[in-house]
Amino acid sequence: MRSANQIERRRQRRRRRRRRILSSGLYNTVMAASTADSWSWFPALALGVSFLKCLMINSYHSTDFEVHRNWLAITHSLPVSKWYHESTSEWTLDYPPLFAWFEYGLSHVAQHFDKKMLVVQNLGYASPATVLFQRLSVIATDVVFIYAVRECCRSVREEKGSKDLLVRPYFILAALLLWNYGLLIVDHIHFQYNGFLCGILLLSVARHLQGRHLEGAFLFAVLLNLKHIYLYIAPAYGIFLLRSYCFTKDNTDGSVRWSSLSLVRLIALGSIVISVCALSFGPFIAMGQLPQVLSRLFPFKRGLCHAYWAPNIWALYNVVDKALSVGFLRCLVVCALCSFMFGWHVHEKAILMAILPLSVLAVESREDAGIFLMLATTGHYSLFPLLFTATEMPTKVLLILLFTLYSFTSLKKLFRGFLLNTLEVTYLLGLIAVEIICEVVYPLLPWKQTLPFVTLLAKSVYCSLGVSYSFIRLYLSILRPTDKPKEL
Amino acid sequence: MDTWSLLSICVLLGLTTRWAVSLNSYSGAGKPPMFGDYEAQRHWQEITYNLPVHEWYFNTTDNNLNYWGLDYPPLTAYHSLLCGHVASLINPDWVELHTSQGFESSAHKLFMRATVLIADLLMYVPAVVLYCFYLSEGSNRKKVCLVLCILLYPGLILIDYGHFQYNSISLGLALWGVLGLGLGWDMLGSLAFVLAVNYKQMELYHSLPFFCYLLGKCFKQGMGLCINGNFIAVTVLVTFTLCWLPFLTDPGQVLQVLHRLFPVGRGLFEDKVANTWCSLNVLIKIKTILSTDTQLYLSLAATLLAALPSSIKLLTKPTLWQFKLALVNSSLAFFLFSFQVHEKSILLPALPVCLLLGDLPLPAVWFLQASTFSMLPLFLKDGLFVPYAVTSSAFVFYSVYLLSALEHSSEEELQLKSLSLLPFLSQSPGQFYLSVAAMAGLSFMSVALAPPARLPDLFPLLVSVFSFLHFLGLLLYFNVVQIAEPPSPRRKNPKKTE
Repeated sequence: MRSANQIERRRQRRRRRRRRILSSGLYNTVMAASTADSWSWFPALALGVSFLKCLMINSYHSTDFEVHRNWLAITHSLPVSKWYHESTSEWTLDYPPLFAWFEYGLSHVAQHFDKKMLVVQNLGYASPATVLFQRLSVIATDVVFIYAVRECCRSVREEKGSKDLLVRPYFILAALLLWNYGLLIVDHIHFQYNGFLCGILLLSVARHLQGRHLEGAFLFAVLLNLKHIYLYIAPAYGIFLLRSYCFTKDNTDGSVRWSSLSLVRLIALGSIVISVCALSFGPFIAMGQLPQVLSRLFPFKRGLCHAYWAPNIWALYNVVDKALSVGFLRCLVVCALCSFMFGWHVHEKAILMAILPLSVLAVESREDAGIFLMLATTGHYSLFPLLFTATEMPTKVLLILLFTLYSFTSLKKLFRGFLLNTLEVTYLLGLIAVEIICEVVYPLLPWKQTLPFVTLLAKSVYCSLGVSYSFIRLYLSILRPTDKPKEL
Repeated sequence: MDTWSLLSICVLLGLTTRWAVSLNSYSGAGKPPMFGDYEAQRHWQEITYNLPVHEWYFNTTDNNLNYWGLDYPPLTAYHSLLCGHVASLINPDWVELHTSQGFESSAHKLFMRATVLIADLLMYVPAVVLYCFYLSEGSNRKKVCLVLCILLYPGLILIDYGHFQYNSISLGLALWGVLGLGLGWDMLGSLAFVLAVNYKQMELYHSLPFFCYLLGKCFKQGMGLCINGNFIAVTVLVTFTLCWLPFLTDPGQVLQVLHRLFPVGRGLFEDKVANTWCSLNVLIKIKTILSTDTQLYLSLAATLLAALPSSIKLLTKPTLWQFKLALVNSSLAFFLFSFQVHEKSILLPALPVCLLLGDLPLPAVWFLQASTFSMLPLFLKDGLFVPYAVTSSAFVFYSVYLLSALEHSSEEELQLKSLSLLPFLSQSPGQFYLSVAAMAGLSFMSVALAPPARLPDLFPLLVSVFSFLHFLGLLLYFNVVQIAEPPSPRRKNPKKTE
């Protein structure tokens, strides 16, 4: 005969056990077997990185900060007809019109923070309210990136094996993208809007992976009209869409069946792209300002075209027949890397265009994970010179350690084994040596005065080895004959 | 993922948060003639580097005690001496006698912030990691979550890396003391704690529990067999002697140092602080009614009375669990009733409450959030509102999420099974949310609204009274948990080993 107390205690124990299993804390999610479908960890990851971004508000910012303040002022204070003619500041408007409209929209919020930042003549104006507004605008627009990451994660293949949340591909992908070191450093310290733009790119990619091609095309057209640097990967988009969307059937051997061209689809695609461009450039064409706008967007006409189109087209010529089997994303990454390797006036920040899409490939295939580790570590280290102040040194070192440690350990656990060979590991360890030599040893040497750029040169050359190596491996992965069905 | 890699990631996150907060302003930035705690620390480096030891605590032509005179024990002075030597190697202007007063530059700020980071890394962070892995329970994942939550505690980050102080050294040493005692290495633990007291005299808030725990253990082993107790006493004496060695040559020196450490002439409280006397002062102006001596005796009596029950219970039952609770109760009692308490002293109860995050997550998070909130007026003065808002939100979110704080809030898990005299706690999660919302609301009002002209101190007062009520309630709660614990071994959550 059990006493009432004992019965009550047993009931409480059962209640507690049930509550523990159903609770959504990370600790319990990992322990319990049944919560694999709960996505409560995603807001935790996204919120965490957003908190970190808020803490970076007072760190060093580059001249890009003034660039965007200037554009806020131009779009707010001047009529549209003067936007691309204004040159009071050296940082003239050199992004496509949609971005100008974006800045115009932001300026309406900015006026509530500090009206003085919207005066064109206030060159270099950086009051605390201005800094706060600009930083918050980057953090807020990152919401697009966060949404895009969620869409990408949903397109990733599920691994039925393990129960541990931390080893699931979509979790690792979310962490690698949301907490990407390059984006944190370039967007939230140096100051740019890459998160917003890469978000649109990733969202477009996700839509294509989900088969919603018209949406994807629309998003890419919008992206092109926000920042024309994405023209570099336009060929990959164009060819992929033509190949897989406009040509509806393949021959039995996988090559294109030219007769299956769907005019309806081609026209739909074309009209979306043209209408977005019309919306963006329309007002300026109507005012007869198109040549002026183009001259701002492409300041070195001849050089830009000749220097990069050739190797890009060459690279893609090889994949025209195999576009489907190679995979759209792989094409995109190779395109972006091509542009990084051979393009005109390339910024080191452009490496992000390759690293971010490659993250999606990295959680799906072992070989891609290895290439990703090489490219990401080298590429991220190459961003070091962007933050040259002593105060930012601990930030950039801590963050790169965080990201690198996470990417290595999570991918190694996912693919159960070492992903890099000895030579690659030695090269990556060499990055540490390069950093120590450049930052600690070289300043003590007498040549520091006469040859101050040796350190930058050394870092660039060393990093270019890693980037080139990753590029070659990715390129070869395209050329390799494959009879696998459509992959990423 | 492996535990060690998860742990490294959590430690890196903690360090990144700390350095990010340090990018902000510090106390007294750009505010001559007195500046703030940052200038005080720089001044101590200047004094200890340039002057001989026997002049450090005395008022001389070279050392004006009215301008940030040394008022911490000798270990702080030695630490400042070390930093002063490093500073002079980098840039002698930073510690030049007299001319370096009020020196401010971005390079100097980088140096000072770096000294805090290094001290933290050497002293506090390892202690936290070792505590979580050796003295707390649960799976390895839970221990790593605990490390992250403790490292994210905003109060310590904002004071050390924002306002500018070296609490991580004294709190770290105290934590090493707890570690030592918890692992059974009483002598090393005592040594660490004595060093902590010799770094900041406020660590005396923790001294009663240390004493009662060790004495209690002695009693349990039988008085005659307490050889350990003798060894500990010797260790304590030797450590004190070594720390105070340069001052022991002259009794006048010792008296002067003690006079600097315990300024009994300064009154019951200064500024707004979330303790009993300041809150009482709103209703009854005790500072004017009672003489300074009466105030001193009153606060002494009240403090001892408040700390007595917990100390006696610890004496009779010296276990680690009782020890942790006693640390909380004793230091919180001292904070609420003691003499000349500063709002930063809330960090002293906050440290043992951090240690309770794994066992009683909801009350612990509640207390830690309230403790950070109580220092809001200080943060506003220092221009640290944004870091305060971000770190507090992050802390509340992640401790609740990672430690499932709100799920572990049944009566049994809050250790209240045998007592129904605290019925309000049965609505805990809702009340917690309400309280946090109120704190958020008050925080925003403090920064966004201007106080009415008749009540210029309205917001600091509201903040301190609100915090005081929380502290009082939680003092009662933690005392109840400690004292009502039955004599049989405590039935904790089932252990999970990995």
